[in-house]
Amino acid sequence: MRINLDWLRDFVALDADPVVAADALTSSGLEVEAVEPAGAPLEGIVVAQITAVERHPNADRLSVCTVDDGAGKLQVVCGARNAAAGIKAPFARVGARLPNGKEIGAAELRGVKSNGMLCSAKELELVDDVDGLLLLDAGAPVGTPLREYLKLDDAILEINVTPNRGDCFSVLGIARELAARLEKPLRQPTRPPVPVTLDERFSVELQAGDRCPRFAGRVVRGIRTGLKSPLWLRERLRRAGLRAIHPVVDVTNYVMLELGQPLHAYDLTKLDRGIVVRLAAPNEKLMLLDGKTVDLADDVLVIADGRGPVGLAGVMGGQSTAVSAATDTIFFEAAFFSQRALAGRARRFGLHTDASMRFERGVDPTQQARAIERATELLLAISGGRAGPLVVAERPADVPARPAVTLRPERLESVLGLDVAASQVEQVLARLEMPVERTAGGWRVTPPAFRFDVSIEEDLIEEVGRMVGYDRIPPTHGTATERLGTATETRVPSDRAADVLLARGYSEAITYSFVDPKLEKAVDANAVPVPLANPIASDLAVLRTSLWPGLLGAARHNVSHQRTRLKLFEIGPRFAAESDGVRETAMLAGIALGSRAPEHWEGSGPAIDYYDVKGDVEALLACTGRRDEFRFEPASHPGLRPGRTARILRGAAAVGWLGELHPDLQELLDRKRPAVVFELELDATFAATVPAFRGYSKFPSIRRDLAVVVDAHTEAATLVDAVRAAAGEFLQHVVVFDVYRGTGVDSRRKSIGLGLILQGTSRTLTDADADQTMRSVTLRLERELGATIRTQQN
Amino acid sequence: MSSIAQLLDQAESAVRAANDLAALDAVRVQYLGKKGLFTAQLRELGKLPPAEIPAAGKAINTAKQTLEAALDARRATLEAAQLEAQLAADALDVTLAGRGEAPGHLHPVTRTLRRMVAILGHAGFDVQTGPEVEDDFHNFTALNIPEDHPARAMHDTFYLSSGLLLRTHTSPVQIRALQKHGAPIRLIAPGRVYRRDYDLTHTPMFTQIEGLVIDRNVSFANLKALLYDFVSKFFEREVRLRFRPSYFPFTEPSAEVDVWSDSGRWLEILGCGMVHPNVLRATGLDPAEWGGYAFGMGVERLTMLRYGIDDLRSLFENDLRLLEQFP
Repeated sequence: MRINLDWLRDFVALDADPVVAADALTSSGLEVEAVEPAGAPLEGIVVAQITAVERHPNADRLSVCTVDDGAGKLQVVCGARNAAAGIKAPFARVGARLPNGKEIGAAELRGVKSNGMLCSAKELELVDDVDGLLLLDAGAPVGTPLREYLKLDDAILEINVTPNRGDCFSVLGIARELAARLEKPLRQPTRPPVPVTLDERFSVELQAGDRCPRFAGRVVRGIRTGLKSPLWLRERLRRAGLRAIHPVVDVTNYVMLELGQPLHAYDLTKLDRGIVVRLAAPNEKLMLLDGKTVDLADDVLVIADGRGPVGLAGVMGGQSTAVSAATDTIFFEAAFFSQRALAGRARRFGLHTDASMRFERGVDPTQQARAIERATELLLAISGGRAGPLVVAERPADVPARPAVTLRPERLESVLGLDVAASQVEQVLARLEMPVERTAGGWRVTPPAFRFDVSIEEDLIEEVGRMVGYDRIPPTHGTATERLGTATETRVPSDRAADVLLARGYSEAITYSFVDPKLEKAVDANAVPVPLANPIASDLAVLRTSLWPGLLGAARHNVSHQRTRLKLFEIGPRFAAESDGVRETAMLAGIALGSRAPEHWEGSGPAIDYYDVKGDVEALLACTGRRDEFRFEPASHPGLRPGRTARILRGAAAVGWLGELHPDLQELLDRKRPAVVFELELDATFAATVPAFRGYSKFPSIRRDLAVVVDAHTEAATLVDAVRAAAGEFLQHVVVFDVYRGTGVDSRRKSIGLGLILQGTSRTLTDADADQTMRSVTLRLERELGATIRTQQN
Repeated sequence: MSSIAQLLDQAESAVRAANDLAALDAVRVQYLGKKGLFTAQLRELGKLPPAEIPAAGKAINTAKQTLEAALDARRATLEAAQLEAQLAADALDVTLAGRGEAPGHLHPVTRTLRRMVAILGHAGFDVQTGPEVEDDFHNFTALNIPEDHPARAMHDTFYLSSGLLLRTHTSPVQIRALQKHGAPIRLIAPGRVYRRDYDLTHTPMFTQIEGLVIDRNVSFANLKALLYDFVSKFFEREVRLRFRPSYFPFTEPSAEVDVWSDSGRWLEILGCGMVHPNVLRATGLDPAEWGGYAFGMGVERLTMLRYGIDDLRSLFENDLRLLEQFP
């Protein structure tokens, strides 16, 4: 909310320096986000009067004015149509500088000398006005610097009002906080009631219970049309961020800003019979002021006349009864609508208005009549007219009550950790207009009608705390219940997994959980991603089913910035649709592309391929201590290259994928450098076991190598499994040390070199033991896998 | 005798003149080999009168030993020279780069998060996590933000078509942890959160860390002490903090905390407060017995302040030129 100090000074005396007020507000919980000057310096610009106007001899659109700037009479050429003898307007003397930086010099316009410039509001960055000179009041003293006359030394505070402080959406509310904080009296100007010169009432009926227990109204007739609000009022609206429109609208806005009570003015001639405040009927519609038609429902509070709804209560008025430039008879409304009645309604219709914002947060239920009085007083002063009696329809029993709240000194001290003297507590609460009554155990405190955020003891503790000042509370270490942490070994911490990848050259990426549906589909055409109901952009519209789209995006970003080699990983959730909601799975995924090694004087090796990244994945799996539980199975995945794709299994459970990116996806990234990607489910992959020590054999081991020729499609893992199954108790380890296809081997077959490490646990093995083992191995390989033994080496 | 002395003299000159091991070996053969000059002298001994033989033999042997010592010394010298020459020839350019991969780079947000967890973990805060797809109850209602509460406008929420939502803060973890573990509790909950906002200072996803302490006798003064310590340890200097009264539906009293920056401004770094009795009740705790505090921080914000990063959005580009600055 934007509020200027000059207006606040109507209610509370303030220091000249706006920082004092800003700091007081910030430290009491109303954060001042900015302090802005009310206007540009406007040096050399003064109030002036045009004493005579003649036509310019050489230009139809220009006139030659005689201007009295308080120091003398000057000849000034002016292009404004509203230049007329007798009016007062801002005048920039020769040497003055306009807010846009333009310096005014003596000039000659079409052969006529001009000694300065008469200014429009726009040129001075003041009220957003129609074209033409800014007309100053007849009483404006000629020669006075405009800055002084318009009080442009005033400061505007941009205040962040938290949603609990509906009472602070007004000059009065902010002034009240300042008065309490700065320990100054709050001035509430008392004004005599507006004389009632019209005996006309307009019927108001309240049919919505506690949703609207009070409604003040008044008829005003005989308003002169075609007038503008006075400059001072327009300036105050401008400084609050509102635009002046029409005196009736300006006055309602002004009073809302000043007192926090939203008002509405109806063109009385367009209202049928009386007003009824009621809930809408199910199929009713209403065209609002902004031209939009809304479908009402039976939980929406409306203002209706004899024909139907004429306003969305507390949100926006209807178009059919709106005031226009021709309106001369109005009906003012100042009602109290409860928070419950307004909650969420504006939002439902896509609206957020100054009125709805205030009612949702709570409006003082006692200020309706005062608001009407103030609005009438202002309107009559601007536009004349005759006011009818102020009529208040109310249901007193439904006006929100403010039950007293108990405050106990010991509770105050235990929550804040500060001992506040009883007298200080009472003073603070009194300054906040909260009557305090001493009781045996402490105090009974009655919150004022305008405070909707004080209903429990903690609320009062906060009030005392913030008024005393949080800076007065001494930092004191607490005494916590002793509790130890955990350090499980049954799971590889994700930090450890990250560290393994970091050591292997991978950098960490953090990508959005929502991705482009097109990319998502390209990565996994089979997946059904969960869409966002209200995405922020079409390329961030679905929850990712894999971390690959994000990593691809990150890789693409870097490739497009001249990276030729990269390794990235990410740890984060992926999301899958499930019948009863969304399943989140924490994943670890990576992508690598470019040369195997960083560029080096010895050469950087071939491009990263499947086996490089498999090595990285295997390093991760090894952290579990159960590498033997994992298998890589040939598989197919829509995003991965056929024939170079593996499903990673742990036991029978699939826990991840590894493969070269599918050529179609590769297109999106970098045609030259194939990317290899992997993805692992964190929980399933990184379950670990506590190491259980096994004694190791003290006898020497024997290595036997074996080269076998098998069908080219036979997987190494099949061969190794067969060896393990056949070798018996002496086999410690099998290694594939060579794979060969080419000269000397049938083109449909391949040769695989296997190394077997044999060892006994109770004795040194003999050659006969080894021979026996190798016989069963070769026999098995021949029988089960059609292997032929190429060589066997002892 | 003089001939022996002469011979030795001659041999020693030859040793000195030998410039490599082959030449030295030739000298050895010439003088000490089977057909060498000293060997010949020994053979000549028999021709001397018997009385002279011992002395003459001794003289020859002494000369031979002297020569052998000279040969060995010269050999050692030549070998050392040869090794030195070999090593000189084998010298490497030690300035050339080594082989292998340099380590990758942890994302600065994770780096910050790890530090935060380390600092707070020391004070007994356990890391807890919760789902990122949340329901209305845990994200709002249980945190004292009923439906249609204006505070919901503070959180521009992403909804899923099922009515579920992406959590707008890590605070739902408070609720889940209290429901699961009860009190007393001391937890931190780091994680991704989501708000429908995108501009210079907002990204639709960011990282928060939530802290919660529920115990008997916990005060705002304790919260202040903890945060002073935390922020000082995080920035590794004594900091000036400002606790500003603020509003969060799930804490009462509430505060926002600013840190005084080198640039001479207050910068907001976190929100905190005493846990609202309604939150305690929502998780089955009696506010008369239990109380506590909670705080929440934006990890990106602290990352940016710590390292001088000025554009939040750059943290989600994963540009290696940024990542590589974090060893």
